Amino acid sequence: MRNLPNARTLIFGLLVHSFVCGNAFAASEADFKQAYAAADAAERQAGTLRNQWLVTEAALTDAKKAAEKGDFDRAVAAAKEAEALAKASIFQAESEKEVWKNLEIR
Amino acid sequence: MAHVDGAGKRVSMRWLSILLAALLPAATCAAAADDTDPAKEARAFRDFFVKKFPNVKLDDFANGPYSLNEDMRRQWEEKEQFPPYEFSLESGKELFAKPFANGKHYADCFTNSGIGVRQNYPQFDVKSSKVITLELALNQCREANGENAISYTGEDMAALTAYMAFTSRGKPFDIKIPDDPRARAAYENGKRYFYTRRGQLNFSCATCHVQNPGERLRAEVLAPALGILNAMPIYRSEWGGMGTVSRRFITCNSQVRGVPLEPQAEDYRDLEYFLSYVANGLPISGPGSRP
Repeated sequence: MRNLPNARTLIFGLLVHSFVCGNAFAASEADFKQAYAAADAAERQAGTLRNQWLVTEAALTDAKKAAEKGDFDRAVAAAKEAEALAKASIFQAESEKEVWKNLEIR
Repeated sequence: MAHVDGAGKRVSMRWLSILLAALLPAATCAAAADDTDPAKEARAFRDFFVKKFPNVKLDDFANGPYSLNEDMRRQWEEKEQFPPYEFSLESGKELFAKPFANGKHYADCFTNSGIGVRQNYPQFDVKSSKVITLELALNQCREANGENAISYTGEDMAALTAYMAFTSRGKPFDIKIPDDPRARAAYENGKRYFYTRRGQLNFSCATCHVQNPGERLRAEVLAPALGILNAMPIYRSEWGGMGTVSRRFITCNSQVRGVPLEPQAEDYRDLEYFLSYVANGLPISGPGSRP
């Protein structure tokens, strides 16, 4: 039992590990292209449903700008955010196809 | 063979049952769609606001938020002595009278030479199978006479519609839905658009203008949906200028953080058709002014 690391040492070790691994796994241009393509496809689908969100468009623009500057970590994060937002707008449009009737004055 | 035939019949009967089961809800839906009665819906729409605001006279809903807030009303009445839309109105009168290059005028495109006709728009055009708003009719007139279309959100369109609204003040909205399933579909589509939540804020038009009229959204007092288009086009202090119906819809969509549609998109025209129809009987009060 005495040979086991205490909690403080363990947390410090994990922090060092995450820091080292964070740098070791920096996003590449290929990662950005993949993430952007997925976000763009979702946003196009939202477009066919006539329900795109301004914030999704802004996240896509951020992703592109970050990639142009070579900041692929930020570019991938922005593209993933855009994909999540686009999927939320798709969900909204799909559910509203029926749910809107609940608001109708009768 | 007899056994096979029996099985075949059983299979056929099963498919027939499945087919009938599938078609029955569709038939019910079609019947439900046919059962909707725009006139009845318009009455229910009006009654909702009358019950919600029992102290507001029916015609006064055409004055938007001023019908619901005494302080705002007093300021508006004073402002009407020198209304902020006056310059636009003058400009609209001049533009309306100015001949096209071929010598014809806007007046040649409209019944009664375009005077006192605002209350009849939007109209459903059976030939093109679409809703024709006043803004669209003005651009169709220009194009038919060899002129370029003007911006639906620009000052000239606001000025022209301001003049046409002014000549129609006091005339009640008289929107027709012809006995044509396409016209009915346009009305239904406008209604669907009105109640559908959209944008990152998850708001529908009804969220503000049915559920919360009279309430404040920051400095604004929300207008009731009943009569909301009667005062269009409007001068908005927030815009620092005049705005058309197209501009209003685009702004609403942006405010709920949705990507707006293009001006005069089918959904917007159908929305205008629905909102104008449910305001039938309420007087045209445009051009208007809002904070």
